[in-house]
Amino acid sequence: MSEPTTYREAVRQGMHKAILEDERVFLMGEDVGRYGGCFAVSMGLQEIFGPDRIIDTPLSESAFTGAGIGAAMNGMRPIVEIMTANFSLLALDQIMNNAASLLHMSGGQFNVPLVIRMATGGGKQLAAQHSHSLEGWFAHIPGLKVLTPATVQDAYDMVDLALSDPDPVLIFENSLLYNTKGTLDTKATPLEIGKALVHKEGNDLSIFAYGINLFKALEAAKILEKDGINAEVIDLRSLRPLDDETIMNSVKKTHRVMIVDDGWKSGSISAEIMARINEQVFFELDAPMQRVCTVEVPLPYAKHLEDAAIPQVDKIVKMAHTLMEEL
Amino acid sequence: MDNAQIKDFYRQMLLIRRFEEKSVELYSNEKIRGFLHLYIGEEAVAVGVMSALSIDDAVLATYREHGQALARGVSAKSIMAEMYGKLEGCSRGRGGSMHLFDEKTRFYGGNAIVAGALPLAVGMALADKMMKRNRVTTCFFGDGAVAEGEFHESLNLAVLWKLPILFVCENNLYAMGTALELTESETNIAQKAASYRLPSSQVDGMDVIEVAQKAQEAVDYIQAGNGPVFLECLTYRFRAHSMFDAELYRQKSEVKGWKEKDPLTVCQNRLEQKGLWIEMDIKQLEDEIGKVIDEAVAFAEDATLEPLEDLEKFVYSQEATK
Repeated sequence: MSEPTTYREAVRQGMHKAILEDERVFLMGEDVGRYGGCFAVSMGLQEIFGPDRIIDTPLSESAFTGAGIGAAMNGMRPIVEIMTANFSLLALDQIMNNAASLLHMSGGQFNVPLVIRMATGGGKQLAAQHSHSLEGWFAHIPGLKVLTPATVQDAYDMVDLALSDPDPVLIFENSLLYNTKGTLDTKATPLEIGKALVHKEGNDLSIFAYGINLFKALEAAKILEKDGINAEVIDLRSLRPLDDETIMNSVKKTHRVMIVDDGWKSGSISAEIMARINEQVFFELDAPMQRVCTVEVPLPYAKHLEDAAIPQVDKIVKMAHTLMEEL
Repeated sequence: MDNAQIKDFYRQMLLIRRFEEKSVELYSNEKIRGFLHLYIGEEAVAVGVMSALSIDDAVLATYREHGQALARGVSAKSIMAEMYGKLEGCSRGRGGSMHLFDEKTRFYGGNAIVAGALPLAVGMALADKMMKRNRVTTCFFGDGAVAEGEFHESLNLAVLWKLPILFVCENNLYAMGTALELTESETNIAQKAASYRLPSSQVDGMDVIEVAQKAQEAVDYIQAGNGPVFLECLTYRFRAHSMFDAELYRQKSEVKGWKEKDPLTVCQNRLEQKGLWIEMDIKQLEDEIGKVIDEAVAFAEDATLEPLEDLEKFVYSQEATK
């Protein structure tokens, strides 16, 4: 059954179903219980499942993330919620040195089936300690999987995909998406981790995006269509692993590439995608690849400055014209 | 505590001592590389604590964990092969001296981030509590860990959630080369831990019998559902921090003083007091242990290297779900 629902509700439903069906699944994090979640994603879940399965934690990101790892190694399927990607840095030691490394360090003996969800992205005037997009950065780390649900369907499906995975999975939910609406089919077979999805077919250029930038890219594509440019828009969905096959197939078709990335340019996931295209299909390119990324600045508070710092539809449109002008 | 157990404590501590001495020799011969942190001087802590645990319990330790692994029952062969970087090592040569892991004995490492294992212990114990399994998670760490935020966060959570954890602080007075009084505003670690409102005490970490008794009391208390216990074991490492340590930060007289409290000597005295020492054939014991170690070295020498094709194995699980 398909029905319109919000992204927030989709994540909540995904968690509700998982906690209901599997006694090993539980949610823990700051204010996930009585408060209902910083972004109200877990609203009402503690009333249903009680404080033992929807666990309010103190402000101890490192310890409760590490506790998620320990519980995962000891037979559970924890979902750890970290309020924002910026706060995940307080747990970076546990994520990197333990979650990502334990399976390898133990010679394959101890896997860590942990799910970490966190809000990411700017756009709400929350300044430089609540707004950064660090998903591309986490995608650098072997041992982790990094998911970036953009659609309501993925917001729901990715909870289950991540929980079904035997290894640590990080889900980055752009906080501006929580109120967006879309159709949700809870009976549909989810598209697996590591698969990108072509949202709009086109022949003139490929726009690769993830998270909220998928919608900015789709909006830009509509404008470009009026200008006679037929863009292909692809939702990356997963930043680690990347879907090289879908990316390269699109490049072979359009021969022009733009990547929209909420991260900063230097050392970003967009840089990685460009490098892979270079390595694998360089001779398919008709023009230098281009990027629309966040400007290299800690995100400022003032709205006009913040808007100017993050990828926007007009920047994507303009960049597409630049790309098409190249012979 | 029965007499056979005390004799066995001595045997276990002697095994660790001789294993570590052999490790130094092999390090000098470049058979073992990387960091090598020796447990010599601290044997009573691991042996005493481990005697209170059952096979269902879980153990987490630090990068100075050969002693814990041996006392827990991880085979000397697999530990030695691990330090040789061989496939037959307990972590398939992926971990080395600092990352010994063994699923069979529920030995969860070998963690080389100071205090990095404490949050893991919280989670493991949380899982046991949620699934109503009456198990104890034991977490070893050094005095250096007390300065880390994860120590405080973890103690707070463990008490708040009343988790079945035995925290064992091995206070050997130095965080690598920096003395406790230079790193802690309160050098009585047990007292500091007590502020989190859990039973907390200092134990003579050079006396295996005292450690064993205190650990048993703690485990009984934890298994009765009372929540975590904190033991600060006062101990001393007789050797340098690692193989790259000139020991400029401590006086030879201090080392000498602690060596008079050698856990093997203390245990021998206890055995003598009980009239048990005379029953022990130390030469035979040394021979048996020497054989175990020789066999471990031979095993490590003969063990194989993991094929290079498998380099990228174990970054992700092989099977889809577990």
